[in-house]
Amino acid sequence: MLTEALFVSTLLFVIGSFGFVIRRNAIIMFLCIELQLNAVNLAFVAISRFVGIEGQLYVFFVMTVAAAEAAVGLAIIISIFRHYETVNVDNFNLLKW
Amino acid sequence: MTLFEPLTSMLQSGEAHFEPFLPGLILLLPLLGFVLNGFLALRSAAGSSRALREGGEWDPFKTEPRPATHTLPSLIGPGVMLGAFVLALINFFGAMGADLHDPVIRSYWSWIATDTLQIDAAIQLDPLSLVMMLVITGVGLLIHVFSVGYMRDDPGYPRYFAYLNLFVFFMLALVMGANYPVMFVGWEGVGLCSYLLIGFWFSDREKSDAGKKAFIVNRIGDFGFLLAMFYLFTAFGTLDFQPIMEGAPDQLTYGSGLVTTIALLFLLGAAGKSAQIPLYVWLPDAMAGPTPVSALIHAATMVTAGVYLVARSSVLFALSPVAQATVAGVGVVTALFAATIALKQYDIKKVLAYSTVSQLGYMFLGVGVGAYAAGVFHLVTHAFFKALLFLGSGAVIHSMHHALHHTHKDWDAQDMRNMGGLRRFMPITWATMWIATLAIAGVWPFAGFFSKDEIIWAAGAWAGAESNPYGGLYTVYWVLALTAALLTAFYMTRMMVMTFHGQNRTGESEAEHLHEAPRVMTVPLMILAVLSVFGGWINVPEDLSASFFGLFGALPMSEWLHHWLEPVIHSAAEIQTEHMGEISHHAPFGGGEVMWAAVSTVLALAVVLVSSRALGGRSVKVAVEDGEPTAGLGRILYNKWYVDELYDRIIVQPVLGLSRWCWRFVDSVLIDGTVNFVANFTRLTGWLSSLFQTGQVNLYAFVLALGALLVLGAAVF
Repeated sequence: MLTEALFVSTLLFVIGSFGFVIRRNAIIMFLCIELQLNAVNLAFVAISRFVGIEGQLYVFFVMTVAAAEAAVGLAIIISIFRHYETVNVDNFNLLKW
Repeated sequence: MTLFEPLTSMLQSGEAHFEPFLPGLILLLPLLGFVLNGFLALRSAAGSSRALREGGEWDPFKTEPRPATHTLPSLIGPGVMLGAFVLALINFFGAMGADLHDPVIRSYWSWIATDTLQIDAAIQLDPLSLVMMLVITGVGLLIHVFSVGYMRDDPGYPRYFAYLNLFVFFMLALVMGANYPVMFVGWEGVGLCSYLLIGFWFSDREKSDAGKKAFIVNRIGDFGFLLAMFYLFTAFGTLDFQPIMEGAPDQLTYGSGLVTTIALLFLLGAAGKSAQIPLYVWLPDAMAGPTPVSALIHAATMVTAGVYLVARSSVLFALSPVAQATVAGVGVVTALFAATIALKQYDIKKVLAYSTVSQLGYMFLGVGVGAYAAGVFHLVTHAFFKALLFLGSGAVIHSMHHALHHTHKDWDAQDMRNMGGLRRFMPITWATMWIATLAIAGVWPFAGFFSKDEIIWAAGAWAGAESNPYGGLYTVYWVLALTAALLTAFYMTRMMVMTFHGQNRTGESEAEHLHEAPRVMTVPLMILAVLSVFGGWINVPEDLSASFFGLFGALPMSEWLHHWLEPVIHSAAEIQTEHMGEISHHAPFGGGEVMWAAVSTVLALAVVLVSSRALGGRSVKVAVEDGEPTAGLGRILYNKWYVDELYDRIIVQPVLGLSRWCWRFVDSVLIDGTVNFVANFTRLTGWLSSLFQTGQVNLYAFVLALGALLVLGAAVF
């Protein structure tokens, strides 16, 4: 049971990571981060069954933080979109040396 | 005899205790003069810079009456000197009737105090320092008074007196200090003042360079002085004069390497300050300063500091026969060498400069052959007649300068070829300078005869000392000294004839403006002339005093200076007698002191008469028409044996080359190269890694994931 759960968790995490690296749409990349967070949540829940209740407790923290992050992240994306009229991250490369 | 009775009885040393009278004030007065004059100099400098800022030019002589900055120094400068001289006189006469076998030491405060080294700011009053104080304040006073006239129209008037007072302060510290470090402070201080005064007209590049040359050459000597002090400290654990001079005969072995090293290092210091071979080259260049400065610093006082140093350390030198032979050798070779150069110089001050170097050589010969009293004696008489000669030449230059300035002729006011026949215009200067010339030439009964003759005689007598290991060497010295004495008579006569006799070559319209110096300048000349005549009587040698030369015993102060200095030099004399034996009473080739005195004075007089007759008839071309001598010995002497060129080739150029190498290779290539390499390398690596920073957030995420995987992999495997 644990094995399957961790397999799904890993699969979700890898999909999220690859998605973040290869996609250029900021919204999609943002969703990929959510995917990674939820993969970790799944792993927490699965392992908490054997280790203790703290794992499930952590999930709530992660979800809270993810919600806050979603609010800030989306606000930034909207702000960028208003400025550039695009959400393609290839256009946002000014933050370098 | 009866005429001098009171004087003679006064000179007999009694046994009363000597209580010095305000000795510290002698030092403080010139310092006070420096502070006051320095303040005035700053005021005047502020005034001139304000005028420059406002676009005008500042001329202190336009406002009538003159501003206070240019009148007060005339009172302050000579005034403090008069005070110091009176105090020195009071102390001197107080000491005369007293027992001075132990020096009177006044310790003011503890200067340097460590576990092992204790140095007090202390002054010492003993026969030697009292004589030196009298010479410095007395001759110094006369030169200060002369300067009032000579520097009258100089914009830097207050600055001049500030420096001159400061010099006197340091010179007094040099001779009054009770230990080597205090002496060294004075030693360095007079060097500083010498530099400041040589470069007094600093806007002239050549003159400021001459100041630098003097300062740098003196550093070489100071290095020797310092090392000698370090050696003395390791040997004695103290640097006070008294314990060292008392302890040296027991603590140091006669002729040991240590005492020879100390003495030779002190000689290096003395040679720097007193312009002896090989460090004499700065003194002739020092003539760039105002002429009274040449008289005070570069003839009468500062340059004799080396002689004072040797006399002060007499015990150390007496313990080392090698060092003594070196001192005497350096002295006599310098005396002869400088005299040959003086034969062919045309600048009146250059002649006197080389003459000073030569006479200092005599003093070194004197202290080198153990005749410390004779060396100090020549120091004193030389201070009189050489100060007189310099001041006289100052009066001549002053007059020449005015005359040439009047018609805007750009001739050299110091070149003797442009003078001639000045006797008619400046009779007082002419007469006083002839007295000094006869004195320096060693003609009886002028001062120089007694002092110089005693030194030459001492060299001959020392050569014949019972167990002198270098008797033959000293015989050579004696011959050289006699030769130099004849050259002295010749070049001085040449100077006098070219300056004062024959046709006037200044030019007709200029000659109208030639004039005798004002009273403020001629009175010091006359006082010095009197001293140049009678100054020699303070130390008529015993053998001579009974003869014609001492007026058959009628001269009052036979061997007075010798007896007076006895407490300072008696232990050195004891060491010498113990190891060298009694000195001879015959010259190396026979004859006694009286005979050789007669020979030398007759020869000197003959040289003066013959050369004045011979040179007087010769016509001289003025400087602009006269080329440089092109051939033979004359050319070599005119170019001063090419010593400056030689030093330039073997010392100055290599040092410059080394400096250039240090600059072009060590600094530019090595040091800058290393620093630049580090900077460039950092920049390169920074540039390379900056290529990764694309601004593409996906790439960052990829690298982050890759890094995480690597860390994870490293943790697992």
